[in-house]
Order: sequence, then C-alpha cells, then structure tokens
Amino acid sequence: MSSLGKITKEVCYATDESGKYTTELSKGWDVKITALDAAWDEIADRVEQAKQKVLKGGASPLLYFMEKALMDTSILADYTGFWQWQIKRHLKPDVFKRLSDKKLQRYAEVFNVSVADLKSMKFNEA
Amino acid sequence: MKLNYEHLQAAHCENGVTTSLLQNIGVHQITEPLAFGIGSGIFFVYIPLIKINNGPAIAFRSLPGLVFNRTCKALDIPVVRKKFSSKEKAQSYLDDCLTAGHPVGCQVGVYYLPYFPKEYRFHFNAHNLIVYGKEGDNYLISDPVMETVTTMKSYELERVRFAKGALAPKGQLYYPKESRLVTDDQIREGIKNGIKKSVYDMLHIPVPITGVKGIRFIAKRIRNWRDKLGVKNAGLYLAQLVRMQEEIGTGGGGFRYIYGAFLQQAHAYLPKDELLEISNTFTQAGDLWRTAAIQASGIYKGRIGNQEDFNLMSDYLLEISEIEKQAFTALSKIKW
Repeated sequence: MSSLGKITKEVCYATDESGKYTTELSKGWDVKITALDAAWDEIADRVEQAKQKVLKGGASPLLYFMEKALMDTSILADYTGFWQWQIKRHLKPDVFKRLSDKKLQRYAEVFNVSVADLKSMKFNEA
Repeated sequence: MKLNYEHLQAAHCENGVTTSLLQNIGVHQITEPLAFGIGSGIFFVYIPLIKINNGPAIAFRSLPGLVFNRTCKALDIPVVRKKFSSKEKAQSYLDDCLTAGHPVGCQVGVYYLPYFPKEYRFHFNAHNLIVYGKEGDNYLISDPVMETVTTMKSYELERVRFAKGALAPKGQLYYPKESRLVTDDQIREGIKNGIKKSVYDMLHIPVPITGVKGIRFIAKRIRNWRDKLGVKNAGLYLAQLVRMQEEIGTGGGGFRYIYGAFLQQAHAYLPKDELLEISNTFTQAGDLWRTAAIQASGIYKGRIGNQEDFNLMSDYLLEISEIEKQAFTALSKIKW
C-alpha cells in the first residue's frame, strides 16, 4: 500500500471491458510506491552524509537540518529571509557558533525545532 | 460558517478544484476529464540543466492555474484571481470571500500540509484545494485528491498558502466571479478549442524540449544517463520520472488516461467517430507509459541496470513519442 493509501484512496481512470472510461479507486501501485521509496532512501543517505560531515566539523548543524528538510540554500533563504550568501556563511561551524539566538530562532522556526536542539543537532521527529 | 458545497474527489488537484467550483455555480455539465481537456492540461516538458529535488525537471501538465483559467474562459465565466504580499490581507480577503458565499480555490505548497503523509511532503507548490467555510479558527478544506473533507487551523493554512521555493503560491486564490448558465454549444466550442491548444502544445511549440519532441529528447538522453550519472543516480532520475508520471494527480499514465476519457466524453457532444479511435490511441500511450514505468522500476530497484536496460527504456519513450505524435496529428485533422 502506498503511504497515501493509508489515509485515502486515489481516483484513477481506466477502461472497462467495452473500452469505456470509468473511474476507480486505487490503493496505489507497486511501481510508484518503490519510486517514492527510492527518493526517500536517497534523502536518508544525504541526511546521513550531512550528519557525518557536521560531526567531523566540516559544516555547521544547519547542513543537517537543511538536508533533513529537503531544502537547499535558495528555499531556506526564502523561508528565513536571510540571503543565500549569509546562509552559506552560517554553514561554516565557526560562524554558526557566533550566531545570535535571534538569528538561530529564524532557522529553528522553519525546521520546527528549538534553538537548543538546533545547536545540538537533535531533530524533533514528530 | 459553512457554505453549501459538495466535496468531489478527483484524480488531479487542479482539475478537481475547477470541476468542483464550476459545478458549485451551476455548470453541471462539467466533469474532471472535460475540465482537463477544455483547459488543455495535457503537456510534456523536460528541462535539462535545471534540477528539482536533485533530479530532472519533468512535467506532464501545463503550468498551475491554466486549467482553471482556460476552462472558465472557454465557458465565458469571469475569474477572480489574486496574489498577496501580506499574509494578513490574504487571510482577510479569503474570509471576505467566504462571507460573500464563494468557495475559493487556493494554490498551496504541500511541504507543510498537515493532513498529507510525511512521505508526500516535498517542496512542491502547485497543489490546489478548496476552502469552503470557517468554524472558529478552523478552515473547512475540500482537497480534491482526498476521499473526504478536512480542516486546517488558520496558521496551518497560512503556512501552506505562503510556501516558498519554485512556483511559490504567494497566497494565491481564485474563484468564478459569478454564476452563469453554460450552454452545450459553449461546451462544444470549448472542447474544440481545448483540443486545438493541446495540439499546438504537443506538436508545434518551436523548442525541442516540449510536447512529443520533448519525449523524444528525454528518450535520447536516457540512453546516456547510465554512463553520465552512474547506475544509482540514473536510477534515481528514472524514479523521479515515474513519480511525476504516476504520483497523485496524474490519474495514471501521465494524464493519458484522463485525456482518453476526455475524448470519449467529447464524443457525446461532438459525435465524430475519430474521437473514439484517438481515445484508444491515448489508452495505448498510457499503457506504454506504464510499461516504461515498470522498466524504470526494475532499474531503480536495482534488479536490472545494464546499458541494454536503459536502451529499452529509451525505446519505450521513443515509441510513445511516435504514438502521441500520430494521435495529436489525427486530432488536428478532424473536420469539425
């Protein structure tokens, strides 16, 4: 069953025996379920890579949350109101450490986490 | 406050919103396939160089908003469509519409859409839903891809109406300005013009990345994906193609089945037997899109992945391009 199938069936158009189009309700199709799975596996990989990079000091926790939220600097800039060049700076651990709570709060809101969690890279799964 | 409004489930969100809003003002002839066909929703475009969610940029439909606008225009129904820079104004305008008795279509992003499963929440901003009332802080929501109606808190609705990124909705809302009686003649004209527009979109746009030429173009590219991207990334690209083609909204087969249904319904208004034959051709195209999707899934599941497998995928799309070229050429030749 598709993840959407848990909450709703989808309308599909299909032909009956006489070739006439009717609608039917579908719970999903294996081919597209696995397509979605493939996309999420890839996202999980990217998030894990980001996490390792942050732990090794190669980037600030922002990178982890950005990947987790499926964002790039351009979308994140739109949501936070920062410029992309600012976000690129904030991705550097040293710069990130010196950010004011006010600025961190803007990121925290977009990612649905607290500022403390943002700093410690703890993600609220809910 | 709850407006007199009947929820209608559809395969594709904008078709569904268009159909619902029009039926609600008394255009009872309209169905999802008719809205899709009259509004010329069928399309194909593959934009190389641009990436979406780290995959290829592919669309099987026209730009958001066009189906509603074109369908209303064809039926001579005036449309109100508004974007907002201020969230407060966007909400008060919506409230005023509801007070005035208009259910309203809204373009939203799905990333923060609370009733969608997490797996579906990508940064995709061309989703459409209808707001048909407000009770306390809850807006009453009719989302055409869902079986039943739902509600959203005002801040939740604000968040999805002001989603960011590509095609940001900017609080966009739209609705038919007033009820008009629609005659069958208007539907007939709408069908003819809708088909004409789709013929142009699929055959004659003078760039190589749209319509049947676009399908050919991506088919040729796919041949090189394995060498260029590696098997894994090429598989992810194909997964994205399949998602665009089959995910919620398309009704399967990248809209080909809905278009086939449209041509059958068009036949009830314009009894040209060619319409039924061409409808069959679209069913064939839809089936072949699905066969191609199965081939693609073999690759992204890692079951197959040789160059021949990519070649076969490419051949399927070349064949589809050829079939659809014939279908739209046949449509262009109908003497009305």
